[in-house]
Amino acid sequence: MGCVESMNYEIVLRDATFKESRDYIKKTYTEFREVQPGFKVFDTHVIGLPPIAIGLDGDFVIFPFTKPCHGTFLLRVEDKDEAARLMAIKK
Amino acid sequence: MKLYQSAGMSKSVTGEPTTQPATALLVLGCPQVPVQTSIALYLINRLKKAGIVPTVAGNKAANTLLVVADPDRHYLGEVMDLDRAVVMITEKKRDFDRCFVFIHNDAGITYAGTMSAISKAKVYTIIYGEHYEELVKMIDFPCTTIAAKAVHNPLPLKKALDEVAPWAA
Repeated sequence: MGCVESMNYEIVLRDATFKESRDYIKKTYTEFREVQPGFKVFDTHVIGLPPIAIGLDGDFVIFPFTKPCHGTFLLRVEDKDEAARLMAIKK
Repeated sequence: MKLYQSAGMSKSVTGEPTTQPATALLVLGCPQVPVQTSIALYLINRLKKAGIVPTVAGNKAANTLLVVADPDRHYLGEVMDLDRAVVMITEKKRDFDRCFVFIHNDAGITYAGTMSAISKAKVYTIIYGEHYEELVKMIDFPCTTIAAKAVHNPLPLKKALDEVAPWAA
């Protein structure tokens, strides 16, 4: 997920387990999609325990980002086209 | 062009079946727990003796600890960035027969679950650290778990690994 660092992102949640991050998305966002590990969000393959929840909030995409030494972060990135692409995926 | 690489039967240019060596991927976690580097080198040695070709995938720090410890590459073979390994497996450009995921935190569980989902490899989770029992309970995907309370002393984890002997499976 190399290009995440170059994105203009906001950290929504940190220091949570992956499952807590998934629960947070499901409770917080009325729109979310469930995908499998390796699914591409922006230009990156998401890591996670299946199913991985991706939150959608208007033009914002909220997705988990895991690093070996820092755990899982929930990132919020504004991208109208990517949000529309994900919204078009069947629940 | 065949990009997908996995062990098993294939055909030579003469049409006769040939056997490629079995392969293994070692997915390293954060190297903050000392036993990881020691057990990784031990496992690589056992795999190579069994004729299995090991590849290591980790972050820069975890990989560098191994590369510096084995400058002449007596043990190490291919070493790659962990994110790159995930991309290659996801895009089906490469896969392995066995996948060993080193786990001492929640991120390790997340990577192991990912490997279980994207790879056709038989997954082994190697769980260690102070809170290894809590981590073992979080495993809810198909894998063989090798676990011990090991932080500085690798021998309890080595013993657990020897009992399973994944290089012989």
